Amino acid sequence: MSERILSILVEDKPGVLARVSSTISRRGFNINSLSVGPTNIEGRSKMTIVTELDAVEQVKKQLNKLVNVIKIVELDPNMTIETEVLLLKVSINKDSQTSVIEKASLSNATSVDVGQDFAIFELTGSSKDLDKFESLMKPFGIIEMVRGGRIAIQSNL
Amino acid sequence: MTKEQLTGAELVIRGLEYLNVSTVFGVPGGAILPAYDPLYDSPIRHILARHEQGAGHMAEGYAQATGELGVVIATSGPGATNLITPLANALMDSTPLLAITGQVASTAIGNDAFQEAYTVGLSMAATKHNYLITDASEIPQVLKEAKFIATTGRPGPVLVDIPKDILNQIAAWVEPGDLDLPGYKPTTEPNPKMVQQASALIKKSKKPILYVGGGIIHSKANNELFELATKFSIPVVTTLMGRGAFPDGHELCLEMPGMHGNYTATTSIQNADLLIAIGVRFDDRVTANPSFFAQNAKVIHADIDPAEIGKVRDAQVPIVGDAKSVIKGLIEALGDEKLETENWVSELKDMKTEFPLSYKQEEKGPLKVPYVLEELQKLTKEEAIVVAGVGQHQMWVSQHWNFTEPNTWLNSGGLGTMGYALPAAIGAKTAYPEKLVLALDGDGCFQMTCQELITASTENIPIKIVVFNNGNHGMVRQWQKIFYNSKFSASELTHDTPDYLKLAESMGAVGLRMMEKSDIEKVFNKMLEINDRPVLVDCVVDPDDMVFPMVPAGGSNDQIIMNEEDLKNL
Repeated sequence: MSERILSILVEDKPGVLARVSSTISRRGFNINSLSVGPTNIEGRSKMTIVTELDAVEQVKKQLNKLVNVIKIVELDPNMTIETEVLLLKVSINKDSQTSVIEKASLSNATSVDVGQDFAIFELTGSSKDLDKFESLMKPFGIIEMVRGGRIAIQSNL
Repeated sequence: MTKEQLTGAELVIRGLEYLNVSTVFGVPGGAILPAYDPLYDSPIRHILARHEQGAGHMAEGYAQATGELGVVIATSGPGATNLITPLANALMDSTPLLAITGQVASTAIGNDAFQEAYTVGLSMAATKHNYLITDASEIPQVLKEAKFIATTGRPGPVLVDIPKDILNQIAAWVEPGDLDLPGYKPTTEPNPKMVQQASALIKKSKKPILYVGGGIIHSKANNELFELATKFSIPVVTTLMGRGAFPDGHELCLEMPGMHGNYTATTSIQNADLLIAIGVRFDDRVTANPSFFAQNAKVIHADIDPAEIGKVRDAQVPIVGDAKSVIKGLIEALGDEKLETENWVSELKDMKTEFPLSYKQEEKGPLKVPYVLEELQKLTKEEAIVVAGVGQHQMWVSQHWNFTEPNTWLNSGGLGTMGYALPAAIGAKTAYPEKLVLALDGDGCFQMTCQELITASTENIPIKIVVFNNGNHGMVRQWQKIFYNSKFSASELTHDTPDYLKLAESMGAVGLRMMEKSDIEKVFNKMLEINDRPVLVDCVVDPDDMVFPMVPAGGSNDQIIMNEEDLKNL
């Protein structure tokens, strides 16, 4: 099954995230990634949902029934700019320090905080880049990792 | 001019009056108490139910009988949780409902306060939409929005939750303005291109079936449907929710298809080359296993809810729109076309004669529900509003009662809510005090909401209830007999407890009993004569009777079990 990306414009009202996510889970569908944030329009938020659904048409229809959902667009993967942000806290010691920083810098991750025995990196990129960075850091001992959820925008008008 | 300052509670009642609400059903309690104060002085009639579930079903019965908004009021916590069943029921059957619930004070929300429940969260999946009011000034506008959402598009329940401090908050009465609902714009007018495509398919069809349901009734499209069917000679099946949308007894009417549908209705769909599905959702009780459903048919599917189209069955021609507009469009597009359906119509007519609904009522034997129903309809001179619960009796009523008008058949179709009949009948009778309202119920169902008989008596709502008393959960028993080797686990109720005559009397109603054939006319005539109080008839019937035809769940509609004999080949 291939991934499908839904870009959902919603009214910025209390409970709208719960309505959208419960509509999806209620019909027995899984979400790979969900992100939500404000848009350039006052009172409107945008959700980006990534799923692997055959039944995406039915999900779109069910979501469209929600009063607070204004518009749903399924993004064409070939015409989409997609990105995700990651924060990763990894342990360091005298032996590993140089190697960690080198690998991070080769991955284009930015170091945002360094302590006695840990470092925190930020990386923005495709989900694959983020996955790759995670596996690079794994041998050094990942203490904590947060990913922001994928966001996407159509690369044409 | 300074605007009139009112409490939130007064805004609620003023708002309901503004929306032309004349009757509400409810039960008071702590958090909603402020609203009951101005309600006392309002011309709005309040019916005090004995349980919030009952109040909810009453509002549903009111809405289903009138086609207009039903309103129910309850308090926070258990008041609201008791409403979940009627809300879910209304969502399934697309009944326009407005529920107003009290909530604990906004300052206490989230603190597990006394009688606090997360009503908006609990009802999210049981409503079309819901609201939590955070400022009293929102109330008039939200109520207007709520009514609009509940009654337009595919109708459904909307809940408005109001914290107690908001009910006491002072705000100005401002007449509600235009609605700003950017995400809610139901499509009512069908795409003309789709209508043209549909009409092209219809013109080519030799074996078309109009498969119609509740959507016709919501859209008040029965006259248009009649014209479409009769002008072009297209046979009609009416689903459980669509009974009455096309008159029984008409030669084109095949009545109900599906799990307990009649042979001809079910088979006509199987043999059709075209299904013109309008205001139906291909429910599993109609289709059985969808892979075997109407395998030779192309499908035109018209519905106001786009999510229903293609959900179960792909449609060659999908049409989003209101049933009335769609049918008008089809009639126009078909023009003076003559369809070649003569052979098809006569084939189905012969089938009806060959495979009628059947039952055997023995002279001295126990009463059979179908027989009692047919006798009752004979004795009923006027058009009655008939309300059923869920189970065997419901199927028998749908099969054997002759429905000729829309909104005269009320039942819980989608959710299958036992206990629906009595309160829903109260709601219908409240809307139409001059009409005969019959609750035809099972004993299992009746016992789930029977306290509402007190509501009927004390509020002077003289409905008539027939309890088909087989001392069992009849449909459960039937399935246990067929699928569980007659192991009757927890399905027996006993037919003499309660004593229905004493129960009726103690609740301010008249109780009557019929045991055998010779009682029927006398008892029903007595029941029909009494109009100053509710009447309850304890109709003792055969516990071993089963509903046929039957297609087992998940089976194929090509294999219809016609009677007990057929079960041996199962």
